[in-house]
Amino acid sequence: MKQLLLSGTAVVFCVTASFADEVRVYNWSDYIDEALLEKFEQETGIELIYDVFDSNEVLETKLLAGGSGYDVVVPTGTFLARQIQAGVFQQLDKSKLTNLDNMWDVVEARTAQYDPENAYSINYMWGTTGIGVNVGKVRDILGADAPISSLSLIFDPGNMEKLASCGVHFLDAPTEMIPAALTYLGEDPDAKDAEALARAEEVLAAVRPHVQKFHSSEYINALANGDICVAFGWSGDILQARDRAAEAENGVEIAYNAPNEGALMWFDQMAIPADAPNPEAAHTFLNFIMDAQNMADASNYVYYANGNEASKEFLVEDVIGDPAIYPDEAALENLYTVTTWSPRDQRNLTRSWTRIKSGT
Amino acid sequence: MQRVILIAIPYAWLLALFLIPFVIVFKISLSDIALAIPPYTPTLDDGVGPFFRALDFENFAFLMSDDLYWKAYLSSLRIAVISTLLTLLVGYPVAYAMARAPEEWRATLMMLVILPFWTSFLIRVYAWMGILSQEGFLNQFLLWTGVIGEPLTILNTTTAVYIGIVYTYVPFMILPIYAALDRLDGSLIEAAEDLGCSRLQAFWLVTVPLSKNGIIAGSFLVFIPALGEFVIPSLLGGSGTLMIGKVLWEEFFNNRDWPVASAVAVILLLLLIVPIILFQRNQQRQAEAEG
Repeated sequence: MKQLLLSGTAVVFCVTASFADEVRVYNWSDYIDEALLEKFEQETGIELIYDVFDSNEVLETKLLAGGSGYDVVVPTGTFLARQIQAGVFQQLDKSKLTNLDNMWDVVEARTAQYDPENAYSINYMWGTTGIGVNVGKVRDILGADAPISSLSLIFDPGNMEKLASCGVHFLDAPTEMIPAALTYLGEDPDAKDAEALARAEEVLAAVRPHVQKFHSSEYINALANGDICVAFGWSGDILQARDRAAEAENGVEIAYNAPNEGALMWFDQMAIPADAPNPEAAHTFLNFIMDAQNMADASNYVYYANGNEASKEFLVEDVIGDPAIYPDEAALENLYTVTTWSPRDQRNLTRSWTRIKSGT
Repeated sequence: MQRVILIAIPYAWLLALFLIPFVIVFKISLSDIALAIPPYTPTLDDGVGPFFRALDFENFAFLMSDDLYWKAYLSSLRIAVISTLLTLLVGYPVAYAMARAPEEWRATLMMLVILPFWTSFLIRVYAWMGILSQEGFLNQFLLWTGVIGEPLTILNTTTAVYIGIVYTYVPFMILPIYAALDRLDGSLIEAAEDLGCSRLQAFWLVTVPLSKNGIIAGSFLVFIPALGEFVIPSLLGGSGTLMIGKVLWEEFFNNRDWPVASAVAVILLLLLIVPIILFQRNQQRQAEAEG
């Protein structure tokens, strides 16, 4: 028995010892240049364990269950705000974040509405939610003047009926789709009352039979391979699909457009859970990410804008010069942000989302 | 003393692995959703008095008021019943053939039935996605043979869910039926044939009734996990496949509503326990009648 106890303690010690130089990061899928992960390990000698998710909801469930085991997670601003309220995160120790000066005050001012004074998080990437199309196929079906930058492409049942045979994917994220439906109706995208929700549900229910799948990451490959011709998704993901299709030279031309009725602008924030096993290494990781060159490498790879002013000089023209990624003044006018859903409204939201998806 | 220990072991097992988890789930089902870790209230930190006062049956009332749940329970029941019958149709002949096979072959045949368990369940279900998809092996084969002109849409439909459940659970049907048939006294069938039964009549009047216990055991082993199945409908089923296991997952992960998810789980358990108790009573009564 004593023997057993001894070896038991030995195991415990080994486990804690291995934690000391290990950092566990939980980020969105297709969201980083993997060369950066190796670079981090080489520079710091810290072993990096990198897992991915494709839904804020799943991330939040893991965080609220407690003991997720992750040191760095990347929720979107609206989710971050209520997770801070729930006591999920620890305040950042800014003395350890020497690269904090690189951050862009314009973005910081906007993320402060979710995380006052940016006390708990740093911005990783930001982007818009919009329409990705296979230009050739959509024009074949709807004609040369197909409304590829209008929400009517995906919310007008007439258009969707014709597009159904060639495949349409929607995000499996009610907090993205409901504001879009409200925008299409010309209403406040941030409305959360039951009546507005019911009207948005009607819009989505009417086109649902023509939606092949509700999924938040499959559409990148599906668009690039030409398996589907329309996806309502995240800007950088669709631009990655454009890039993959161009590399494959398969004749597929993908275009991304922020809807001209208005597009949702979101911010993905890196934060450290309160119960992170290795907060020290987590800070090292955040500081590494905030390095101007590293952040630029990440953006150049995933086609999302970042919140790092100093990184701009290292961005390739394809990224910094593309108004779909770094919107100019006029495009910025067209973007809106939304606030956090309260638990009560959240239940109505998810209920209507389940109804929409299951068609009941 | 020895007797007490012998009885205590299964009870301790039941207590640790069933009763305690159930009490925890039941408690959460009486709680309210909260924005905290864990995401429900009250917890015992609130003190014993307030803790008990805060519990109520609100979530169960909510389940009754929303027809989504009843539709999901009914649709799960239908899928579980139909797939149990299909599994029986596939499994019985296999078990029968195994029991009738020459003695020296049986161990090998048994091995072949168990062999798929050597590969992860998830990988085998993924393999079915590759077989059933539009560009999959099945469609390519059928197109090649000229049976169909257009690829069939099987993946992301309820048909694919049936195929997945039957494939996954058929060993659980085969093994108990095989065990029952293996014990069958061959002279009974000879006697039936001597007394004028045709082979088919002997099968229906002697073999099937004597393998009844195997059929019932196999059906329960398939029906119970199929009712709460989550992996198969989420990988092979489409958005039109409504199953309670998937609803439960969505309540838990997408809606982060643990109290409602727990209430769904409690009702699912009640749905399962009632037929199990009825089955047990029936068996007991039969044993008494025979005894």
